[in-house]
Amino acid sequence: MHQADFDLNLDKITKVEGSAGLEIRVKDNKVEHVHFKISEFKRFYTQAIRGKPVVAVPQLLSRICGTCSNAHIMCSIEAAEKALGIKPSEKTLLMRILTMYSLMIRDHALHLYLFVLPDIFNKDSFLELDEKDEAQHQLLHDAFDIKAAGNYLSTIIAGRSVHGPYPTVGGFTHFPEKQEIEEAIKKLESIRPGVLRLIEIFKNSPFHFDRRTKFMGLVGDRFDFLRGAIISSTGDMIPEEKFGEHLERVVIPYSQASGYEFEGESYMVGALARINLAKDRLHSETKKSAEEALSMFPSTDMFNNNLAQAIEILHCLDDSLDILKNNSFDAEEIIKFDVKQGIGVGVIEAPRGTLYHKLEVNDKGIVEKGEVIIPTGQNQINIEKDIGHLVDELIPETSEDKIVFEIEKLIRAYDPCMSCASHFLKVDWKK
Amino acid sequence: MEEQAKKLRVGWFNFTCSEDNTIVLTEMLNDYWQEWKKKIDFRYFRILKTNNVMEQMDVAFIEGAITSDIQSEKLKTIRDLSTKLVAVGSCAVTGMPSSQRNNFDEKTTEEIQFILDRFGYLPKVQKVSDVVKVDAEVPGCPMDPNKFLEILNQNLKEFGIN
Repeated sequence: MHQADFDLNLDKITKVEGSAGLEIRVKDNKVEHVHFKISEFKRFYTQAIRGKPVVAVPQLLSRICGTCSNAHIMCSIEAAEKALGIKPSEKTLLMRILTMYSLMIRDHALHLYLFVLPDIFNKDSFLELDEKDEAQHQLLHDAFDIKAAGNYLSTIIAGRSVHGPYPTVGGFTHFPEKQEIEEAIKKLESIRPGVLRLIEIFKNSPFHFDRRTKFMGLVGDRFDFLRGAIISSTGDMIPEEKFGEHLERVVIPYSQASGYEFEGESYMVGALARINLAKDRLHSETKKSAEEALSMFPSTDMFNNNLAQAIEILHCLDDSLDILKNNSFDAEEIIKFDVKQGIGVGVIEAPRGTLYHKLEVNDKGIVEKGEVIIPTGQNQINIEKDIGHLVDELIPETSEDKIVFEIEKLIRAYDPCMSCASHFLKVDWKK
Repeated sequence: MEEQAKKLRVGWFNFTCSEDNTIVLTEMLNDYWQEWKKKIDFRYFRILKTNNVMEQMDVAFIEGAITSDIQSEKLKTIRDLSTKLVAVGSCAVTGMPSSQRNNFDEKTTEEIQFILDRFGYLPKVQKVSDVVKVDAEVPGCPMDPNKFLEILNQNLKEFGIN
């Protein structure tokens, strides 16, 4: 029987956000160690915010990440408002929910179409899908129409889908026009069939990887990514401001990002966790249209993170339509406030999972200290363990090329964001 | 046999940054994917494809600041392989905000020194033009999409791509 005995170093993973590497040692048919190394160089945001006025911090922390930037803005604003004792208006809250929904639509679509679908169709890149094949031609158009609809909604509500300038501490600096709302409604309605096609593809995905783990997420009455308490699949329930106290930072010496455990246990955050924990809180139209797909949850199949994201796109679309059709977006003044000393925690669900920002502000409104805990950092330990289990299953019969492909597919299913995690994969086989 | 239309050979490279310019580019694809499929051959574009090649290209787009010797050497290799090199976004063009540690006081720098040492960071973060010759710049955080289009179209014309 063939004996597996090798070192594998993967330098740059492709079709993920940011830079990560992987080193695996296999000896006598067993995985000895797996090191998932986030190789994105740090830019030291938590140090950089010290000494800055608190109202300036959300726009600076937005620059942690290009794709989840608006999530960082939302989370940082929440932390700042809690520190300053500001309660946002109902209209502000609805616009923040729309900011999150537009982000989810755009970012999940980017991940599912551009990063994951090529693996299903055995293509090097999404652009290689065959325009002469009816189904693939449809997918090409669906991808860009869905991303464009999310992008448009982000633009009219937040100012841009990347580093949106309109959200601020106390409200929004700009409000959409009536015809922009009508255009957003038209775009969202037109993409709905495409989202249903996407759900169908991932419902029937040929990829599976079962992993039992603790799932965690911020869950509220509405599936809006902004409000609620932290709950887990094993019955924990923690107010969001206490979340950080239950996490232990795990220094990973070969990675530029830290890992986290919840009371000594690794866990998973992200769309799979959210749908597992709170699918009953999805929009009623989403539950109706995605009934068969939702019956697959709760799920411990990591590849169902992709299906969960597709379902979230539908929910965000359906709930956005409700909000846009039933509310007025006339201009409203930003809440005036006096600066005061305070500590504030913001916790939201970013596309890849639970995001935590903490700010300590002095009596002049200047930030003295901050902390940011990123979803990918929380998933890092599980990612590493999963890769180990996967390689154990594949050796010794599987070829090196196939092992690398399977590892990359699994990492993509987690949808890691390395730019966030470093406040992939260069493979090096050594035999 | 019909000759394949000439395409612009393009590399898109990320260094130390948030990859916001890459995200803006993926959103520009919403409107331009059909045109760019015919005119652009992405030889290196890690977020889009797995089989990336480091060989002669017409235009290299560089996003991000330069934080380590490894990044510096890679940038020089890219410069040698590209006819034109364009710095994209504020980190590449000015260094900021990725170079914010250059302005840290002594106490803060001491606090982060063990990370700088462990992972081989340069003493100071550099902008792209500190390391190699830059032929054009697209400023902005994120990049200005209109300026990017202007430079892309200029290069398409210059390299005779119809």
